[in-house]
This record gives sequence, C-alpha cells and structure tokens, in this order.
Amino acid sequence: MASALPAAGTRDRGFTKMSKALRIAAATLAASSLAMPALAQMDAVGEGEGQVDIVAWAGYIERGETDKNFDWVTDFEAKTGCKVNVKTAATSDEMVALMNEGGFDLVTASGDASLRLIAGKTVQPVNTSLIPSWGTVDERLQSAPWHTVDGVHYGVPYQWGSNVLMYNTDVFKEAPTSWNVVFEAMDLPDGKPNAGRVQAFDGPIYIADAALFLKAHKPELGIKDPYELNEEQYKAALDLLRQQRQIVSRYWHDAFVQMDDFKNEGFVASSSWPFQVNILQSEDQPIASTIPSEGATGWADTTMMHANAAHPNCAYMWLEHSINPKLQGDLAAWFGSVPAVLAACKGNALLGDEGCATNGEGDFDKIAFWRTPVSQCASNADGCVPYYRWVSDYIAILGGR
Amino acid sequence: MVATDIPAPRDGMLRRISDALMRRPRLFLFLLLGPPLLWLGIVYVGSLIALLAQSFFSIDEFTGLVKYEFTLKTYGELFRPANLDIIIRSVLMAAAVTLTAALIAFPIAYYAARYARGRWKALFYIAVTLPLWSSYLVRVYAWKLILAKEGILNWFIAKAGLTPVLDLVLSIPVIGGPSLSISYIGTYLVFVYLWLPYMILPTQAALERVPNSLIEASADLGGGPGRTFRSVILPLALPGVIAGSIFTFALTLGDYITPQIVGISTLFLGQAVYTLQGTAGNIPLAAAFSVVPILIIAVYLTVARRLGAFDAL
Repeated sequence: MASALPAAGTRDRGFTKMSKALRIAAATLAASSLAMPALAQMDAVGEGEGQVDIVAWAGYIERGETDKNFDWVTDFEAKTGCKVNVKTAATSDEMVALMNEGGFDLVTASGDASLRLIAGKTVQPVNTSLIPSWGTVDERLQSAPWHTVDGVHYGVPYQWGSNVLMYNTDVFKEAPTSWNVVFEAMDLPDGKPNAGRVQAFDGPIYIADAALFLKAHKPELGIKDPYELNEEQYKAALDLLRQQRQIVSRYWHDAFVQMDDFKNEGFVASSSWPFQVNILQSEDQPIASTIPSEGATGWADTTMMHANAAHPNCAYMWLEHSINPKLQGDLAAWFGSVPAVLAACKGNALLGDEGCATNGEGDFDKIAFWRTPVSQCASNADGCVPYYRWVSDYIAILGGR
Repeated sequence: MVATDIPAPRDGMLRRISDALMRRPRLFLFLLLGPPLLWLGIVYVGSLIALLAQSFFSIDEFTGLVKYEFTLKTYGELFRPANLDIIIRSVLMAAAVTLTAALIAFPIAYYAARYARGRWKALFYIAVTLPLWSSYLVRVYAWKLILAKEGILNWFIAKAGLTPVLDLVLSIPVIGGPSLSISYIGTYLVFVYLWLPYMILPTQAALERVPNSLIEASADLGGGPGRTFRSVILPLALPGVIAGSIFTFALTLGDYITPQIVGISTLFLGQAVYTLQGTAGNIPLAAAFSVVPILIIAVYLTVARRLGAFDAL
C-alpha cells in the first residue's frame, strides 16, 4: 500500500489560487459558451494510435509493479494496443503545469485543478456518447460541478473519497456522533479528558473542517460553504481552532506517522483518511471510523482530456476502460477511495463487499468536496478570505498565536 | 639559439591544441575553471539572486496574486508575532543543538585524534559515519519509534524505575509535552543525533593538526592540563569546531522534516518556507523567510571571525 501514500500524503498541497487571468478566462468562457455551441469534440473513436500519455496521482494507474494483484494497465494494453505512459504528479499545481506544457492526453485532475484546466481551455469537452459505459457512472457524479460547466462534460469521474473521524474502539464503545470530540475540550467516554489524545490535520485546508463544524453548531454565522468564508465566519473558525490547539499536542501530516501515533502514543480520535483506517484495521488495531452528523470534507477526481491530445482514440479507449467495474473496484481497494461506478462495489475480490461502505460510499451528501478558497465567491457578496491568508493564519495557530 | 628554445610545431591535432594551450596559460585556466564557475554562478548564485528578488515583491491582500513591485512590506511581515516566533524558535533550537553537539563531539574527536590508532581509528570513522549510510528519513522515523510513549526508551526508563524523573522533565513548561516524541525535547534529541557526525569530523580534523610539540612546550613551561587545553588546544581546534557548528547550525535551521515527525507541530523556518511557497503561492514571504537563515549565518560567521576563529587557518 505504500505507493498509495505519496498521492494521499501530498493531497493537501494541491491548493493554490486561480490567477486573475484564469479567472477572467473563466468568466469569458462562461459568457461565450452561452452563445456558442460547445467546443469541438470528437464524434467517433477510430483506430488506436499505439499509445496514451497520462498525468496521474501516484498509485492511481497501477500496472502490477508494486503489487502484482493491482494491475489495470496490462490488460488494457493487450486489448487495445495502446501503450500507457504515466507521469505521476504530486500536487494539483504540478498537474496543471504539466498539462499547460502539453504532450499529454489525459490527467486525473482533482477538484481545484479541474476547473482551472477548463477555464484555461487546456482540456476538451468529452463526448459521453463515445463512452459506452458512461451510463454506469454514479449519477451523483455524472454532472458534478467540478467537471461540468454549463452542461458540458469535461471529463469522466474516476474516484472520490472523504476525510473521516477515526477513533479508538476501546475508548469509544459507540461511534462519536459529532466532531466536537476533537474540537472542544471534554471528557471522552472512558472518563479521561481528550486533551493530548486527539489530533487535527496539519494543513490550512483544515480551517474548512472547522467551518463545517460551525456551520452546524453556529447557524447564526450563516456559513453556506466551508470554502467560502467571509471575515466574520473566518474569524469564528480561527477562534475555534485556537481553542482546539489547547487540546491537540500534535497535528498530523504524514499518514504513517498518524498510524504510529494511534498505535504508540495513545491518540484516540482524529480527522483521518480511510487509507489509515483500513491499514490499522488490517493490523487488528481497535480502530474504526465514522462521518459525524456535521458531515466531512473530501475530494473527487476526474479523468480529463487535453485539448490537443495527440492520441485521442487511445484516450477515449482509456476513458472507457477507466470506468470498468474491475478497475474501479481494484483502485478503490488500493487507494482507500470510492469508485465512480457503483457496480464496482459488488463482487470485487480486492475491495470486498464492504469496501465501498468502509470507504464512505454512503456519505456522499455529507461531504463538502474541496476547492481552493478564492476572494471572489458565490455565497458572500463582500468576498471571501483567500487561501494564502488561510496559510499564514494556520501557521500562527499551530504556533499558539 | 631561439630555434632550439621553442620547438617547431608538432604534428597531430591534439598536440597542436596542447601546444596552443601551453602558450596561453590564461586561456588554459579559463577553459579549466570556466564550466564549474559558470555552474556555480548561474545555478547557485543565480538562483539565490532570483530568490532575493522575489522577497522584495509582495502579495496582493485582496486577490492573493504576487505584485511585481519593489516593496519592503514582505520583510515587515516577518516581524508579525507568529512569524517572529518561528524565527526565534528555529534560532534557539539551532543554537541549543549546536552547543550540545560541540560538547559531545569534542571529547570523541579528541580521543580519535590523539589516542586512537590503527584499527581503532578505522572503527571510529565507521562508527561516526555509519548513521550517514542509511536514509535520513529512516533514521527520523526510527527515532519517533524510540521516543514514543510506548516506545523502547520509555520501556527502558520504566524498567529502571526512572519514570517519575521523565515525567518531571516532561512537565517542564514549553519544552515538555505528553511524551518525548511530542515535545521540543524530542525534536532537539533527534537533531543532535542527526547532525553530530558533522560536528565530530571537522573537530577531529582540526585536533589532528595541533602539533604535539606545542602541547609538550606548554607542559615544559609549567602549564597544567587545564591551562594547556585553554591556551593551546582549544584555540587551535576552534576553526574545526566553528566549521562543524556552521554545519549543525545551518542544517537545523533549514530542516523541515524532523520537526514535522517528532515534535509538537509548531513550525520551524524550513517548514514555513515549504508551506508558504507550495500551496499558498506566497512566494515573496517564503523568499523573505529563506533570507533569514542566510543573514543569521552571515552574522554568525562575522562574529566568529572577530573572535579569531579563523586565525589559525
């Protein structure tokens, strides 16, 4: 599983701000697409060109080299004659840069990168009628706003996942129902205080988790979207996090360090990924996870096609291949994510019939999928606090300020 | 006469080139030194200058975009309490680590330089450099396990009945914490372990160059061991210790991985730079932050030079 980590471990680093030029481009595109038909897209898939070049998160496209059970490339190559070349990227910024540079056909873009790619016209609309299995894609994802602009699809959903509340079952006989166990000082069910025994995520995007908590518990703040906070809402979130600093002795950043903390340091509750939960459970640790009543933050990735893809036929073949249930199930088992095709949840040997539920399939509606906070936002007319301020303020909070 | 002094041009391409270079020593020197100097100039100094330039820009408060206009505002931001904390924290940690490393390294280096011979000397080199053979990350993770609440060190301390002592140490405000691996003490221990070889080796090299005759002369003139150490050995070995301290100080200042794995999640300089440049896109502040260790080291070197640390070089 180790190879899945780099992608998971670097996910939080993917945030960045959309440049002004891109934002103008986005606005122009949005305006022009009302008047014009969609950009040119393919209307037939022909013979394969012999190869397809993909930019992907590490662990997303496996050919059995790390673990021979996890291979969804070899059979594709044998079937289509398209050799798959993968360039792994560690951050969303890197993905956008690689795609802007060109020379790639596909990219597995995450929530913030996908809209930037669309706005920059780096990716082309996908003709879903050329993807026979499109209908099998989870309906909740088919027209998701992070890859569909004005009704035009710019990609095929690949995988998604959510952050979870991981807890120790020796301490919590029943799953905690609220994130308050990590946000507020209190005694846990075993009668001892939670101070020093809970963790929070060591990344500024965790401010969104605090906002999500406040959205449920302080309705007077009027938080609509945890990634769009005005000054007042933002300040409330920071105050909550400052108070949380009193009970959190260590913020987690590295999945393996967190697992070690739960095993050897007596930590019993924290925000986490299904990845850690799955591994700890496989080691028979008393660990379980839940998505509390407030919901959770999460991520969703989409395979998108370059506007000047040199191998469009092979690319379409991969898009079709990417949503076959076998691949989707294997990948979900490998990465600790949820398939974009629900048929993958049944009868997959690697994932198991419980796999999708474990990885959070039933919690889609509770998840606030991550985006980069920008100044101009839909839910606050006065503007929102942009991401770079999230960074400097979170640094201050970690430093106890 | 002249004809015999300067031989006639010889045949063959290589020979002619060789002759031409012999006659133009400056060109020869240029060809030899040019490529490495260019590399140093462009890749190293060039990137430093680019970095410096970035730090004079600022980030637009509203849009979050970098404004390419000269300003000192970004440097002003370094003095915000949260950022100043990071600088002070890093410098204190680096100073503590350097001091400890120097204290531990000196006796080891002294033994190796003046007493160890033959096989023992080889053993010394292996023992000191052995940790450097394995990956830095592996060593830091290993230390996290050693220092963990349920780790081997705690087990050992419990067996020895010293748990109350450890608890007392961990209850010290600021540097203590719930366990060794979640406290400044833990970060400090790992840093000292990591950078110790960089202190031992230069110190040992300097001590080896202290002539025996001077030590004997000091004794002949009535200097006791303490006097000889203070007046002869230490001043002569100081350049080595200073060289070592530059390593330990700079390495601690710049490290951004250890404090993330062992410690209480407060940021050090390297981490601040890393966080600011990566996702935040606040390159100017990241650049300003990375100028800080350069300045600190520069000040440190100046002071060391004033103190005569390099006189014996």
